[in-house]
Amino acid sequence: MSTQTNGMTATEYIIACHANRDRVTPGEIVNVSVDLCMSNDATTLLTDKIMKERMKTPTVWDPSRVVIIIDHQVPADSVDTSIVQEQMAKLVEAQKIDKFHTTDGVCHQVMLENYVTPGALIMGADSHTCSYGSIGSVSSGIGSTDLAAIWASGETWLKVPETIRFILNGQLKPYVSAKDVALHIINQVRANGLTYKAMELAGPGVSTLDVPERFTICNMAVEAGAKCTMVIPDDKVISFFADLNRPIQDQTILSRLQETQNSPCASEINVDLDALEPLIACPHYVDNVRPLSEIQGLKIGQTFLGSCTNGRIEDLREGANLLKGKKVAPNMRFLVTPASVRVYKQALAEGLIEIFMDAGAVVNHPGCSTCWGAHQGILGPGQRMVTTGNRNFKGRAGSPDSEIYLASPSVVVASAITGELTHPKEVV
Amino acid sequence: MGQAWKFGDNIDTDQIIPSQYLVLPTIQDMAKHTMEPQNPDFSKAFQTGDILVGEVNFGCGSSREQAPLVLKELGVRVIIALDFARIFFRNCINNGILPIEHPCAKEISDKDQLTIDLSKGEIHNQTTGKTYLFNKIEGYLAEILNAGGLSEYIANKKGSADD
Repeated sequence: MSTQTNGMTATEYIIACHANRDRVTPGEIVNVSVDLCMSNDATTLLTDKIMKERMKTPTVWDPSRVVIIIDHQVPADSVDTSIVQEQMAKLVEAQKIDKFHTTDGVCHQVMLENYVTPGALIMGADSHTCSYGSIGSVSSGIGSTDLAAIWASGETWLKVPETIRFILNGQLKPYVSAKDVALHIINQVRANGLTYKAMELAGPGVSTLDVPERFTICNMAVEAGAKCTMVIPDDKVISFFADLNRPIQDQTILSRLQETQNSPCASEINVDLDALEPLIACPHYVDNVRPLSEIQGLKIGQTFLGSCTNGRIEDLREGANLLKGKKVAPNMRFLVTPASVRVYKQALAEGLIEIFMDAGAVVNHPGCSTCWGAHQGILGPGQRMVTTGNRNFKGRAGSPDSEIYLASPSVVVASAITGELTHPKEVV
Repeated sequence: MGQAWKFGDNIDTDQIIPSQYLVLPTIQDMAKHTMEPQNPDFSKAFQTGDILVGEVNFGCGSSREQAPLVLKELGVRVIIALDFARIFFRNCINNGILPIEHPCAKEISDKDQLTIDLSKGEIHNQTTGKTYLFNKIEGYLAEILNAGGLSEYIANKKGSADD
């Protein structure tokens, strides 16, 4: 590890450490060693085929640094899916990979709970890999060829990104959540506004947000094109890892990252948390954002609470608090999918699952579920869903003639109760 | 020379290859569904050498490399757009598809006849008579493109190191 941060941002510092350099500057292309890489059932077999057939490399460079997670279609929903999962299990056995998860939840939540650490450099063949900046690692989504090259060599090339620092001020009002912060930022910079950039969350408002809320915002950064994200770890991150029974071992990295707080960056954008209100991303673009107040009342047939964006215990609590003792609207299809088995068990222990079931929800086993649109809760033509997921692309959850609206957990649950887009305060 | 297939802003990878087809056994099987939500006839009507044209943020969304692979399978070698999403841009280069970022994407209409001269860095629109120059990709990325993709580049390097 470089002992000096040399005026670099946290992102630049972590990249420099992995490039074995004292200093890197934005725009430079550097070769980096990768601490961990991850792929899932949508991307693993293609990676394996590319490494073996096209790169003529039979084995991964270090099986202990390769994580493979089945999460997109759990349990298998077709003959083709079942074959894919069987082939993945064979591959894992042949390569002696022990970080293999078949039923534990969405890959990013499983990574957060088990593997990511501050200061690490992590690449994943899934676009939402950018989420782990929320605890102070540099992580980014890549394609299968890039991952195959990492499997073969343990290295990849990166263009050092400029850092755009979002200065958060104040704190969120009741019924406004981290999802609204994410949608606000995407609306402000547009869907390509952070392409090739690192999004750093800073300012006094950060300390008002818990780690899962930071994760939600960092997760959605790719919807503005961001390469990676960063929140400099603070006491909340330290206790978050202690609660996971995975206390942070390397204290030095924490102080180094702290030192980068006032480093120069490409630009700063202010976000006043107090001024935000519940927002909705309307079809078919994540940056087609409108205040809930402008479109409330729109009829909704399906609601989804879950995903790597909003399927954590805090999100389920937020939903269950509103729902307790109530039923969902007649004919409402309300799907709840905890982001991981750990979250699921916690929700069971707290009685949240019972609240969802009593209200008429379908509770699914942890995984990508309805957010990914090829598995559970598929939409037909003309149907509308409001979801805590991260994408509302045309046809993302089934028919190209269906409509997806992105919102926070409390707006989703309020809408499940009334059958139309609803402000959570209306159902209290 | 090829025909332009013009699309708008934010063509995401779920448009290029929808999620439900990613479990099909081969890229050939998946390619039959290329661009299906936008145009169900796309894969049948697209001819090798035709040119895909988008506007803002082409290829945003999922990191799925099946997106450039189905395009390559149908014969896409060049895509022109105002700008590209990061992961898709890398995935194109890694598979030997040239992504050209150029403001002319706005002036190209569906079915325009285009000629692209990669050695000169020139796009000629025969329908409108306009010619545009683009920055050729050079250095490391050009070597990857010339090899046909990153895998071939790595395999070639390994081959020459073994000799």
